[in-house]
Amino acid sequence: MRKHAGLLAAGAATMALAMTGGATAEEKRVEASDGVVFTVKAEPPEGHPLTEVLSGFEFRKEETQDIQLDDFQNPGFLWVERGEAIWNTVEGEAGKSCASCHGDAEESMKGVGAAMPKWNEALGKPVNLEMQIDLCRTEEMGAPAYKFDDDAQKAIVTYVRSQSRGMPIDIQTDGPMEAWWERGKEIYYTRSGQLDMACANCHEDNYGNHIRADFLSQGQSNGFPTYRMKSQGVVSLHNRFKGCMRDVRAEPYKPMSDEFLALEVYVAWRGTGLTVETPAVRN
Amino acid sequence: MARSKPRVKVPKTASKDEVITIKTLISHKMESGQRKDGDGNVIPRQIINKFTCEFNGKPVFSCDLEPAISANPYFQFSAKVPESGTFKFTWVDDDGSVYSTESDITVE
Repeated sequence: MRKHAGLLAAGAATMALAMTGGATAEEKRVEASDGVVFTVKAEPPEGHPLTEVLSGFEFRKEETQDIQLDDFQNPGFLWVERGEAIWNTVEGEAGKSCASCHGDAEESMKGVGAAMPKWNEALGKPVNLEMQIDLCRTEEMGAPAYKFDDDAQKAIVTYVRSQSRGMPIDIQTDGPMEAWWERGKEIYYTRSGQLDMACANCHEDNYGNHIRADFLSQGQSNGFPTYRMKSQGVVSLHNRFKGCMRDVRAEPYKPMSDEFLALEVYVAWRGTGLTVETPAVRN
Repeated sequence: MARSKPRVKVPKTASKDEVITIKTLISHKMESGQRKDGDGNVIPRQIINKFTCEFNGKPVFSCDLEPAISANPYFQFSAKVPESGTFKFTWVDDDGSVYSTESDITVE
């Protein structure tokens, strides 16, 4: 079931916009000021419920898009910078920083964020970036795990995932991941809350329509952690999941719970064909 | 965010009297003074209240900022470059801190 949506010649670090690498006419790519190319509209993989996969980028006004594409102006990069400082800071009893083991993040973390959540044999479940970083902290560094949505956690996650900017979402959905994918799918289509709505009611049935004064997107996760104008900071994916559930007047699952982790796996797969935009800029 | 960090983008070189584009951004929370914390106490105002840009000691651009301006204020403006020299950028914080940074430009 794992598909590289035959978009980009894998490993091609520099791509000209003119290069189509087997792409169809339906694709849309945009280039950021630092030369990174994002696929914002793609062909869905096999068995996908949608006819086209659209990044949240496509649902934003041009002014907002321009801020994302200018890496100087994009405020998300303030968080990337902060994450870089954390990467090189020694924390915990072992006297290690992230860099002690992983060296240069630009090398070692390339593509890592694009493949998360990833199966973890020892735990017998997938782990996402937040969980993996906490594992490093508690097991290797002797540092405490982060409190969910701690500013430092958001910064380091943004930094690590930004090393995959422009790389295709590449999530494993076969083998042991299949059950998690199935569970995530089930949650995606299950109505909940006072408003009795499922993820799909907005992000599949109504994307492109207004919800009050805003456009509904397809709810893709490829830009997370995302800089939101509204909160003037980066927003983590599980925080957004919580927000959606709150908006339908449901009791949200806990961040990092198995439910949200399964949902993260499934939503990541729904974005197959898109590229990592972290830190994306949204309204 | 921790201490504010200014960022500027100025071309390294220009031709004489060329009009260049300058971009500046500073990380700052721009606390408006209109918000309350969880206990209902007003969070005191703390914003960047003034921004200036000088070229070789002469003013190029300056402005006062107000509480409604959002976090991480970004300015983009143009300047005509008559000679080689240094742009100096300064941000003044409500708490009295002054952040500044410089960029050199060479006229070829």
